Amino acid sequence: MIRKRKLVLVGNGMAGMRAIEELLKLAPEMYDITVFGSEPHGNYNRILLSPVLAAEKTVADIMLNTREWYVENGITLYAGDEVVRVDRARRRVIAKSGLEVPYDRLILATGSNPIMLPLPGKDLPGVVSYRDIADVDRMIAASREFKSAVVIGGGLLGLEAAYGLQKRGMDVTVVHLGATLMERQLDASAGTLLKRSLEERGLRFVMPAQTAAIVGDERVRAVRFADGSEAAADLVVMAVGIRPNVTLAKASGVACERGVLVNDTMQTYDPRIYALGECVQHRGACYGLVAPLFEQAKVVANHLAEFGIGRYAGSQTSTKLKVTGIDLFSAGDFTGGADTEELVFKDPARGVYKKLVVQANKIKGAVLYGDTVDGAWYFQLMRDGTAINDFRENVLFGQAHVGDSGTAGADAVTLLPDTAEICGCNGVCKGDIVKAITKKSLFTLDEVRAHTKASSSCGSCTGLVEQLLANTLGGDYSEAPAKKPMCPCTIYTHEEVRGAIVRERLKTIPKVMEFLEWKTPDGCHKCRPGLNFYLLCAWPGEYQDDKQSRFINERAHGNIQRDGTYSVVPRMWGGVTSAKELRAIADVAEKYAVPTVKVTGGQRIDLLGVKKEDLPNVWRDLNAAGFVSGHAYGKALRTVKTCVGKEWCRFGTQDSTGLGIKLERITWGSWHPHKVKLAVSGCPRNCAEATIKDLGVVCVDSGYELHVGGNGGIKIRGTDFLCKVATEEEVIEYCCAYLQLYREEARYLERTAPWIERVGLSHVRERIVDDAKGRNALYARFLESQKYSQTDPWAERAAGTQAEEFAPLRAEPRPEPVAELVS
Amino acid sequence: MSWVDLGPLAALPERGARCVRIGGLTVAIFRTSTGEVFALRDQCPHRGGPLSQGIVHGTRVTCPLHDWVIDLKTGQATGADEGATSTYNVRVVDGRIALELPAEALAKAS
Repeated sequence: MIRKRKLVLVGNGMAGMRAIEELLKLAPEMYDITVFGSEPHGNYNRILLSPVLAAEKTVADIMLNTREWYVENGITLYAGDEVVRVDRARRRVIAKSGLEVPYDRLILATGSNPIMLPLPGKDLPGVVSYRDIADVDRMIAASREFKSAVVIGGGLLGLEAAYGLQKRGMDVTVVHLGATLMERQLDASAGTLLKRSLEERGLRFVMPAQTAAIVGDERVRAVRFADGSEAAADLVVMAVGIRPNVTLAKASGVACERGVLVNDTMQTYDPRIYALGECVQHRGACYGLVAPLFEQAKVVANHLAEFGIGRYAGSQTSTKLKVTGIDLFSAGDFTGGADTEELVFKDPARGVYKKLVVQANKIKGAVLYGDTVDGAWYFQLMRDGTAINDFRENVLFGQAHVGDSGTAGADAVTLLPDTAEICGCNGVCKGDIVKAITKKSLFTLDEVRAHTKASSSCGSCTGLVEQLLANTLGGDYSEAPAKKPMCPCTIYTHEEVRGAIVRERLKTIPKVMEFLEWKTPDGCHKCRPGLNFYLLCAWPGEYQDDKQSRFINERAHGNIQRDGTYSVVPRMWGGVTSAKELRAIADVAEKYAVPTVKVTGGQRIDLLGVKKEDLPNVWRDLNAAGFVSGHAYGKALRTVKTCVGKEWCRFGTQDSTGLGIKLERITWGSWHPHKVKLAVSGCPRNCAEATIKDLGVVCVDSGYELHVGGNGGIKIRGTDFLCKVATEEEVIEYCCAYLQLYREEARYLERTAPWIERVGLSHVRERIVDDAKGRNALYARFLESQKYSQTDPWAERAAGTQAEEFAPLRAEPRPEPVAELVS
Repeated sequence: MSWVDLGPLAALPERGARCVRIGGLTVAIFRTSTGEVFALRDQCPHRGGPLSQGIVHGTRVTCPLHDWVIDLKTGQATGADEGATSTYNVRVVDGRIALELPAEALAKAS
């Protein structure tokens, strides 16, 4: 048996323990783990000390890993014993108590120390820093006995301390050196608004002011300023900043500057020693926020588990203030420079201020005050480097005004009661989500989805759930995957997977999984349908569709209903039918005792409640009347909705019905990343509702307007105007080219609306309108692909293909008891 | 206990399932990519969805209604979900599928 290697973690804080938890997920048996922490507790969420101070949470609420957890996971914890030296030559750590522990790998996560100004009187009783549970205990104790408090420092931590002490009943004065509060995160306008609303809550400010001395005999009595004036103080909290704690690293000969120097694999000067969190300096930057350390923890764990592929490339960070009722968000470069522009929105009466710093059409920084609902969205745009020119005129009003396709938050989620329903699909209330986040120590959106189901169905509440996560975990949390894999089975993104399929000429799902080193033997329900589509799209006519990788609806060619029956929707070209067709549908409905017959929103007739065994017979009867599958069940071209057009309508300008039928004849049977709906309206009155479709044609007297990227559904999104063309032939060519572009570029399960928002309307215009040659090529690829997709799946199955899919097994008695045969 | 014959293994699609109705009970018979065979009550512990219609991956199946992932070996929901469906004894003997008659099916039938 191989000896387990020894891993020692110095620093029982959020960063170090996050790395251990990530490691346990990857390689639970690889190491004997020992953890040293100078504080006498398990591991807790330091970000939430402010709510503890403000009596909004208890210490028990913020514990992440209890002592029992360490025991259950076989980790030796020395809490309250500090490592004083690392003997790198002999690979041992030496603790204050004299204890020596050997290591093969060492993680330094020593965090940071609060900066204590070298003022006269700084060692007087009653002068505290604000860093850990002991500090909070001291502050709470003082608030019970004394009246006046002075907080030195008007930054994030200082203001949170001041607010907490005030909530504990103290008179609080904040002393700040600068002219505006939180100048590291806020510009002057937002800082002024913040000061005003904190003053309304009863905080006093002395600023700009320099503290000269702390005065007192037995205990602190007052704070004296440079101008000689004084402010009474029974408690002084020093919150002027933090400094990476490099004492141990320095003493052990590990290279340090401001922090412990690490490379992109989070290794220090000594490759056996990793470091992460607030103690490190990476590419010149030190971080004091939580989001970067989550990313760093993943990288450390990846290398300790010997996967050897993780790299940390630095983080962009955002900040929120944890003062109840004050909404404030800041990210990136919020001051700007010579080559930047500022977009500013101010509404003093509502107390709202928003500023975006823009450089070359991309967001470089943001400050939001009073209305921070869109903070996460701006941060995402900033991190992704999304060009905002397509929606610049509305960007300050928020995602809801940019035709967002279903991911915006609503009003400040903090104001909602615990009983407010957040996820309408799964009936999950705010209280359930908050409880799950705290009780089960959830940190990511995916974890919340897994545990509560909130935001796991339609996704329209994702913004709200992310806000809850941010508010519950502490404001500076942010969901920050630099790159999002297609699913947990792989490390590659949708784009990387599709790129490899084409470049490496991979033509089966097993080949893709082998080449890209899938982590699971045969994928999962998320990646397999996606891969099947990507292969189908890349190799039309060649790829053998993998039935078992399709969702049941596409395997059974009907929509599964909640009771396990199916719905059947025959195709009615352009929504036009006839007496003969209607009679056939009526006959089928009676013959198979179909419980419900309903007209759909896409101008079709839906037969609901058909038993699976009956499907082939139902289809056979419908085929006999000339019907084919309506694909109402697929990630495919669904319907082309039309109005009656100039043949009948007195307002009609073109033959919208005829054009709709032509479009449906050429596009039916095509598979897509998601469902696709088209419509043709005969005049701008738009009776076919073409402007909420994936592609809508609005006929006008002089031709045809093409509109793209709309959808009804979860969140209505009106289309964007693409262009105007003169003839029906052009409509067909543009439409097919657009659909092919969508098929080739969108991620699986991404509808045209979010796809266009992601890539930008300009991109679609360039490819479809400006580039005639490219459009022709797309059109040709679409037609080529259609050669293989326009076989009616119903007719095939009615004729006996895949009969086993629709027939149950039969149980026959066995001649002999099987137990004897196998024994 | 008595066992019944469900036909040749080839009648089951790889990474797929088929059902058998015995008495009032529907049992889903699964076949994985490695040729293992499992039998579960065809009812998701969440909202009763037909597990036989789900996508089979590894030794798991994803319910088609709300994406619960059920372990075929134990019938237990995986991940953060909690719940279980019944499992039954099933074997492949001489290339044919044999299922031990579930006690509850016999009870329902009688």
